[in-house]
Amino acid sequence: MLADQDRIFTNLYGLHSPGLEAAQKRGAWDGTKFLLEMGRDWIIDEMKASGLRGRGGAGFPTGLKWSFMPKKSDGRPHYLVVNADESEPGTCKDREIMRHDPHLLIEGCMLASFAMAAHACYIYIRGEYVAEKHALQRAVDEAYAARLVGQDNVHGYPFDIYVHHGAGAYICGEETALLESLEGKKGMPRLKPPFPANMGLYGCPTTVNNVESIAVAGTILRRGGAWFAGLGGKNNTGTKLFCVSGHVNKPCNVEEELGITFRELVDKHCGGMRGGWDNLLCSIPGGSSVPLVPAEQIIDAKMDFDTLRNLGSGLGTAAVIVLDRSTDIVQAIARIAYFYKHESCGQCTPCREGTGWMWRVMLRMAEGRAQKREIDMLLDVTKQIEGHTICALGDAAAWPIQGLIRHFRPEIEKRIDRYSANPHSDAVPMAAE
Amino acid sequence: MSNRRLAPASEQPESFAFTQENAAWAKGQIEKYPEGRQASAVIPLLWKAQEQNGGWLPRRAIEAVADELGMPHIRVLEVATFYTMFALEPVGRFWIQLCGTVPCDSCGARELKGMLQARLGPAGHVSADGNFSWLEVECLGACCNAPMVQINQDYYEDLTPESLGTLMDDLAAGRPVNVGSQTGRVSSEPQGGAATLSDPTLFDGSRVGAWRQRFEDKNKAEGDEARAKDEAASTEARAATEPKIAKPDAGRPVERPVSDAPAQRAAGGDAPIKADDHADAAERGRSIAKHGSARPGDADVLDSPAKRVAEGEPAGAEAGAQSDLPRDAVPPQPEASGASENAPAAKPSEPSTKPAEPSAKPAKSDPAT
Repeated sequence: MLADQDRIFTNLYGLHSPGLEAAQKRGAWDGTKFLLEMGRDWIIDEMKASGLRGRGGAGFPTGLKWSFMPKKSDGRPHYLVVNADESEPGTCKDREIMRHDPHLLIEGCMLASFAMAAHACYIYIRGEYVAEKHALQRAVDEAYAARLVGQDNVHGYPFDIYVHHGAGAYICGEETALLESLEGKKGMPRLKPPFPANMGLYGCPTTVNNVESIAVAGTILRRGGAWFAGLGGKNNTGTKLFCVSGHVNKPCNVEEELGITFRELVDKHCGGMRGGWDNLLCSIPGGSSVPLVPAEQIIDAKMDFDTLRNLGSGLGTAAVIVLDRSTDIVQAIARIAYFYKHESCGQCTPCREGTGWMWRVMLRMAEGRAQKREIDMLLDVTKQIEGHTICALGDAAAWPIQGLIRHFRPEIEKRIDRYSANPHSDAVPMAAE
Repeated sequence: MSNRRLAPASEQPESFAFTQENAAWAKGQIEKYPEGRQASAVIPLLWKAQEQNGGWLPRRAIEAVADELGMPHIRVLEVATFYTMFALEPVGRFWIQLCGTVPCDSCGARELKGMLQARLGPAGHVSADGNFSWLEVECLGACCNAPMVQINQDYYEDLTPESLGTLMDDLAAGRPVNVGSQTGRVSSEPQGGAATLSDPTLFDGSRVGAWRQRFEDKNKAEGDEARAKDEAASTEARAATEPKIAKPDAGRPVERPVSDAPAQRAAGGDAPIKADDHADAAERGRSIAKHGSARPGDADVLDSPAKRVAEGEPAGAEAGAQSDLPRDAVPPQPEASGASENAPAAKPSEPSTKPAEPSAKPAKSDPAT
């Protein structure tokens, strides 16, 4: 188990005050000026050395992302945009950072902005998080009052930070959709290239980072990239907030080392599996976008990017949804399919039409009201959506269904058999009803 | 995508205008964005309009926001219909948004949904008393506290159908309620308290600044290195200006400080290398060997081959005469040769080509100790 001394989010559970004074006692804003004086290149090098991979789902190295920003401004301002549009089902970690440890985030924004020569930062917070928005705004006001940020601050680097409030669209968690939304448009993703590092917010160089990636920056710089890289495993370094939800005895958020096994995570922090380990059916280890992993594969798997990718899934946001044998797994995946149908922005045809089609077929399969050949047809359609859309929402909609068919095809077939074995007055309809 | 339309004309109010207070607030929001980018404030302004209008957005409010920001009406209409948190039809005094996505769904959201359906009727309709309306929404991001609902702006977590019923009763009656977990959790810690984050030194400030040790250690290491360099340099300087005093050697083979080392000459203001050495070295093509000597430093000897060569005679004039020793004499043996073990002649006889004393012992730089 990770030692308390190596935890970054020491007020994760809000047992202490989120205010500036208490945050400073916990180590926030400690020597920020000193870190800034070490210089831009030093900051980026330390972040690279830490091996920190983006905490928003894709796992792209954060230091590398920062280094993509132009070194010299061509006259356009640079922006840092923090993605606090946390809507991936199962994920509830950024919320805790914003309401309980907001100063770590604000300090991280300052350091990251400095490293990228940005003088303004927008934090795009999801619409539902009203209380979190107020908590974060309060912390920003405190930081302004203490002249930690602002045009004339004690750090000598003019820097403004703004909290922007969204209005409930999952797609705005995609970085270019978020930028569109921030510009006051519908949140529809942009084609890349040009990448945001060249043409982002208002056509200016922009970097979009997840809340957790930014909030850990201060501690990493203070304690050193080597310290962070020493936790976890190779290529999967550091600590990560895991959001364990579903059928465990005590669902919770917890900060742990990457590479902790699933069993240890659940046993040590979540009071064990509901009904014992034999009751585990499967887990969705990285938020609803990643394929599920059946019990026998996940139970002793290391929770890190590479191990889970090799299992045909992914760490994503480390939102571990645990499902026990009482779960109607086909129905659960049908519910996820509904989620993507609801959240598709409607821009690309494969996704707009495909998500609804998949959901309708999944609904029938949950009942068993389908033909067995439709399973392959469904799989084929998921393959046609995957990779044929502007953003990754199409992929995210396809993967859970692919995971279901990969691991639970017998379950779907059993249901179809059971349905057709019983007399029904209505004919079994075709897939594209 | 969700299909969202404006409320029917019969429910639309005649007009909408921001109150003075809200208009001032809106100005502040617009200022957060760069010049000419006031469209960015469209979502905050729509929020404020919705709040002012009792929780839903009428057409007039959308148009008012568009006018405020100088945007075409259709652009704001697009935004209002795209984002699902803008209610386009009237809602109850308490608008219940029930999270129905997988983590909540697997932890009892379906029971909550059944209870809401039984109590309030189908989703999207305002209850007869005007107090409640409800909607199933997608993940609200409180998955560790599932199942949960959002009522107006507040989250109510860890619910059961019973606790949700009580909560609704309390809200309708205007009684105070607890926001957040309904089972006594502070936030998303494990029920009954966490096993982690118990170390008091994390919170009392005693660990603040501990990280600086890393930089101090580094600075110290760098400082040591620099100091070591300085010492070496100063030792050299001292060797030049304060040569060690000669001590009687009592016959021991000790090294003596020299009085004519280049370093000393340099310190004394002279050129470190003697002028004639310079001249010798500079004149290319001339041997620096003295006239008649085989090697530099060899003394002039009579009849040395070099001398003969210098005098124009063939070096090997007497055939086979490589040595000046008489034929019956024992040739000199190298000192360390095993051949000298028992022979009395082992003592090397003085070779006739006696090496000359060097003019000065080669300067030895004082080792930097």
